[in-house]
Amino acid sequence: MYKQIAFIIITIITLSIFLYSVSIIYKNIKLLKKAYPIKDHIKRLKMLLEIGIGQNKIMRFPLIGFLHALVFWGFLVILIGSLEMLIDGFLGTEKILAFLGTIYNILMALGDISAYVIGILIIVFLFRRFFLHIKRFSGIEMNHKNHVDASFALSLILLLMVSLALMNISYLKSSDEIVGQYPISKLVANVFSSSKQNMHVLYEISWWTHILLIFFFANYLPYSKHFHVFMSLPNVYLSRLTPYTQMTNMEAVTKEVKIMLDPNLAYANTNSNEPLEIARFGMKDIEDGTWKMYLDSLTCTQCGRCTSVCPANQTGKLLSPRKIVKNFRERITEKSKGLRKDAKFDDGKSLFKDYISAEELWACTTCNACVQECPVNIDHPSIILEMRRYIFMEESAAPSLLNSMSTNIENNGAPWQYPPSDRLKWAENLTININD
Amino acid sequence: MATKNIHVRTMLELNAEGKKAEYLFWVGSAGSYDDRAKKITRAFVKILESCNIDYAVLGQEETDSGDSAKRAGNEFLFQMQAMQNIEIMNSYEVKKIITCDPHDFNTIKNEYPELGGNYEILHHTQFINNLILQGKLKINDKVFSGNNITYHDPCYLGRGNGEYNAPRNVLKTLNCNIVEMERNKSRALCCGAGGAQMFKEAEKGNMEVFELRTIDALAVNPNIIATSCPFCMTMLTDGVKLKNKENEIRVLDIAEIIAESLGI
Ligand code: SF4
Ligand code: SF4
Repeated sequence: MYKQIAFIIITIITLSIFLYSVSIIYKNIKLLKKAYPIKDHIKRLKMLLEIGIGQNKIMRFPLIGFLHALVFWGFLVILIGSLEMLIDGFLGTEKILAFLGTIYNILMALGDISAYVIGILIIVFLFRRFFLHIKRFSGIEMNHKNHVDASFALSLILLLMVSLALMNISYLKSSDEIVGQYPISKLVANVFSSSKQNMHVLYEISWWTHILLIFFFANYLPYSKHFHVFMSLPNVYLSRLTPYTQMTNMEAVTKEVKIMLDPNLAYANTNSNEPLEIARFGMKDIEDGTWKMYLDSLTCTQCGRCTSVCPANQTGKLLSPRKIVKNFRERITEKSKGLRKDAKFDDGKSLFKDYISAEELWACTTCNACVQECPVNIDHPSIILEMRRYIFMEESAAPSLLNSMSTNIENNGAPWQYPPSDRLKWAENLTININD
Repeated sequence: MATKNIHVRTMLELNAEGKKAEYLFWVGSAGSYDDRAKKITRAFVKILESCNIDYAVLGQEETDSGDSAKRAGNEFLFQMQAMQNIEIMNSYEVKKIITCDPHDFNTIKNEYPELGGNYEILHHTQFINNLILQGKLKINDKVFSGNNITYHDPCYLGRGNGEYNAPRNVLKTLNCNIVEMERNKSRALCCGAGGAQMFKEAEKGNMEVFELRTIDALAVNPNIIATSCPFCMTMLTDGVKLKNKENEIRVLDIAEIIAESLGI
């Protein structure tokens, strides 16, 4: 009974903290611009199955990708066990899902195997992180705090798996009637020789440790790069379906251009109750960004796959797509507190310049290798191009050669200084050989 | 061997005769003005002619697609350009377009519809591949037989629009050895010219992107580097020169390779 009450109280506290974190995210989303409507749910579902559940993008780095996929799938199975623990805790029951029979046996067996597999893999991942100097784990945007965060999250997962394994072992050693199958724990249990009593105590301890770790983990995640555990699937589901190289259309500009090309429209429009209202062209700071950029930034797990394939980064330029996404999150974390209180809040800083420099933005070739490689469909060039729009249209501060290119197009209809009358010159004196 | 003059007809000319063409050949700014890209345009026109395709160009009525302006952040200019082009294309009731430029291909295919331009557009590698499949283009597989050809995927055709196979299928008909670079298809490295980079200086770094991509290509010992984009052409040609390989390695567009194999 006490156990039950304690459990319920702790769960409520945990959930409250978690909901608070989620509500902050929700309020932040409200501060941002719309991205695109979410339609085509069949396509999205398919994408979720392939990229999310099937992990096919992460497996583009075959070995480590497969190992990650194992961890992910293992997590999914273990999640069912965790749900059971939650229900048991609430109702004061034990192994409430046991009525599932064979299915239960299979789920528990898979969960047991997963605990060991994930545990070992996490040790491998930690080893890699500390001793193998993987290039993509470093970069100008990666600081000590990020590395601590990564290792801390991995260690938490390791503890989760150890407590789960201990739970299974002690359960096997202390129960008279065993429900579920625990193949690996059964083997390991042979090593333990302790009284039933002690084993029961161990079971209680590991049960509580495991569930409390889950609670702690859940509330740590929203502030960690490991938030991808929650965010990946929704982010993949909500990612944009248009071709990578398709840039968004700016409707506000369309209206103005239509008026420029046909001045009659301007008169027709004067009575329109749709004023041409636009805060700013392009993105200077986070509030000019979209909810999708924010979700992307929350989902990024700083794996560095994007940066490792970026042509600009590989040739020593300042640009790192991971940094762009990371900076977005850092900036919104910094500024949103003020913005939530006052929509006009200004701390004198901005994403452009204080976080991301013009030099980085202009180095992007829009090749979309970053998007292609990101296992969770993060869209870096959208952020980059939105900021270029700001630089070009609001600050008129584009590189001078791009200004000349623009002037040429305006005057001659071509990016170079050739007259429009020469457009068909290539067709002069054109002959074809006729073979008989 | 006999030769015949080609007169490239414009939509305006056809219109005056009360006629229409089945295809608009969208030449694009690079294909119209860049000396190297003009050769690609000419080669492709020869292919169109040799297959008796019913096509016409816009000529002086064509203006820059606005692709680079848009990627430089100048949305106003992009939309001005796009709307002018759409207006002229719609006035000729254009339905099908072919182009040799993956950037314009991408812009017209994906970005013009929202501004009122809805067309069926094919990249020239897709068009040539279709001609071969339909038996309208008889390949001569002797000229390039035995050559080592590596194909560089333009980002705007490959990753951008998912076309990796058409250019490779065309090359496969030539009885040559297609040697793939280590990074190919969706993993291909950019040539460095996209996103308006073509028109500006590179930011400082330790190398230019085109050099790195050229190193990728040289690593597989090709005697021809094939591509299908005027910007990639500029970049890889510069790369091959930089590495002093211009006497051993030719950089050619798929259209040029096909035209040369046909001897037209
Ligand atoms: S954006 Fe994607 S690929 Fe890049 S570091 Fe983040 S999760 Fe990894
Ligand atoms: S799209 Fe830009 S940021 Fe992404 S890989 Fe290419 S150059 Fe780098």
